[in-house]
Amino acid sequence: MNGAHTSLALEQAPPISVPFRFFLAAPVFLLAAGGLMLANGPELLASRWHPATLALVHLLTLGFLATSMAGALMQMLPVVAGAPIAFPRTVAGLVHLPLMAGTLWLARGLDRADAHDIRLAMAALTLACGVLLLACGHSLLHSPVRHATVRAMRLALLALTATAGIGIALAAVRVGMLNLALLPWTSLHAQWGLIGWVGVLVMGVSWQVIPMFQLTPAYPAAVTRWFGGVIYAALTLDSATPWLASAPAAWITTGTHGVLVTCLASYALVTLRLQAARRRKLPDVSLQFWRIGMASLLAAALLWLAGQVTSIGDDPRYPIALGMLYLAGFAISVVNGMLYKIVPFLVWFHLQSHPARRNTAPGMKLVIADSDSRRQLRLHTIALLLLFASLGWPVLAHVAGFTFVLSAGWLWWNLLQATRMYIRLAAGSPG
Amino acid sequence: MSTISSYLTAEHREADVLFSYAEQAIADGDWMQAETWFQRFTAATLNHFEKEETVVFPAFEQATGNSSGPTRMMRIEHEEIRGMFDRVSNAIVIHDVEGSLGLAETLLIVIQQHNIKEEQVLYPMTDRLFGGQHDGMVLQMRQLQSAG
Repeated sequence: MNGAHTSLALEQAPPISVPFRFFLAAPVFLLAAGGLMLANGPELLASRWHPATLALVHLLTLGFLATSMAGALMQMLPVVAGAPIAFPRTVAGLVHLPLMAGTLWLARGLDRADAHDIRLAMAALTLACGVLLLACGHSLLHSPVRHATVRAMRLALLALTATAGIGIALAAVRVGMLNLALLPWTSLHAQWGLIGWVGVLVMGVSWQVIPMFQLTPAYPAAVTRWFGGVIYAALTLDSATPWLASAPAAWITTGTHGVLVTCLASYALVTLRLQAARRRKLPDVSLQFWRIGMASLLAAALLWLAGQVTSIGDDPRYPIALGMLYLAGFAISVVNGMLYKIVPFLVWFHLQSHPARRNTAPGMKLVIADSDSRRQLRLHTIALLLLFASLGWPVLAHVAGFTFVLSAGWLWWNLLQATRMYIRLAAGSPG
Repeated sequence: MSTISSYLTAEHREADVLFSYAEQAIADGDWMQAETWFQRFTAATLNHFEKEETVVFPAFEQATGNSSGPTRMMRIEHEEIRGMFDRVSNAIVIHDVEGSLGLAETLLIVIQQHNIKEEQVLYPMTDRLFGGQHDGMVLQMRQLQSAG
């Protein structure tokens, strides 16, 4: 019984080294982003087109978010979609290293306007995204499951394809290989990446994990059934813009953006309400990260609305503030919080799957103590507050960067301790 | 009148409530209550497993002619979950807060993943297979209901 038991439990999940190489690398990029901010300070907040700002954004999106999400996808696809990734170690290797190297080359290339670095980044990131898309796409096409999370994952991967494709094209423009109108394409690149890929993937995952971790009621069917598709349709409509001979009527663009913002804001509101109705009332660090994320997403939506009806939209800090709320406040918080559930669970799961260790594998709170993750939550919260405050008092940008370095370092240390515990217990004489 | 799916899903939700009471009692250091609620939670879950394993799964296997498919996986996961009950109970008995909360949370995630598979795949398949025979099977399951 034990033999069959073990192999069956394990054949669903990839080896622990597959997701962990991504989870352990991601905080390093968050740390690097904090370091960049510490070094450059207020300059970074002057314009979204500042070279160091572009570098910073890609350290966060590719380095922290895409890296964590690639690891989580490779772990979750077998469980959620019932379709394991073929050759997981090979795929992980072909995605992980090129993604790391490509992100560093891209950040350096953008920061220093170095065409050589950007060309290297183009090659590495094409490989990383291509392999990830092929592997996950293959798995999803063969999934026997048809529920909302799987649909959201499909849409998110299509959005990643669009993001990567446009991103490579923009890089080609940057090094003079191609001629495109930068402004509309950059907007589309950001929209597909932030909303289509990050937003829809977070949504699809939350439809499973919010009820599961906190014992909340399920998401309303109207939300899980329609939001992914509506967002995708709005993004597709927007993507026609650069092809048109003349810019579309302003109301069309505002309308599609309005649809996107409405979906995101409703999602945040519904999530906060479900969490308020949760049956598990124990304090939970991961839940706090989610709440910060949802509050930031709501704030971003309100800011967008204010930008439409007041002159705030003309302030050069407006797009920066939107980006801060969405990227740092929403996306990074949620992913950070998720890591505190996924990593301890996987340490337990892989330890207990060995028959001799079935009854000794440490529970989740022994892998990463609540007190450790709570301290990092505090640092993350302070870093976010300092970041938002630096819009009014730019000199605070240095301090915000420093606090992000501390927070990312602490996150990394917590994940590293969990990994070391796994290595120690897995190597020790079992039983 | 209920479908097999709604009957079994409701049992999952009831067990969730018992679990959350047990977990809260552990966090409050109320060990008497913790033991009581956790016992009620395990009893309800074991009773639920029994209904699935003696009524639903055999009928499913007979109707599909497949006993190595999803029902086999579910039986294996039941076994895994049964094994974890003892570890949490033991941690409660020795009043180990961090240990029992950590294992309880781990148990919760294992159970929830298992429930998701049942609710999203197995139960709907069962509902489709036994369109006209829901009442009979639900009745059979009610007869297995333990007093608890």
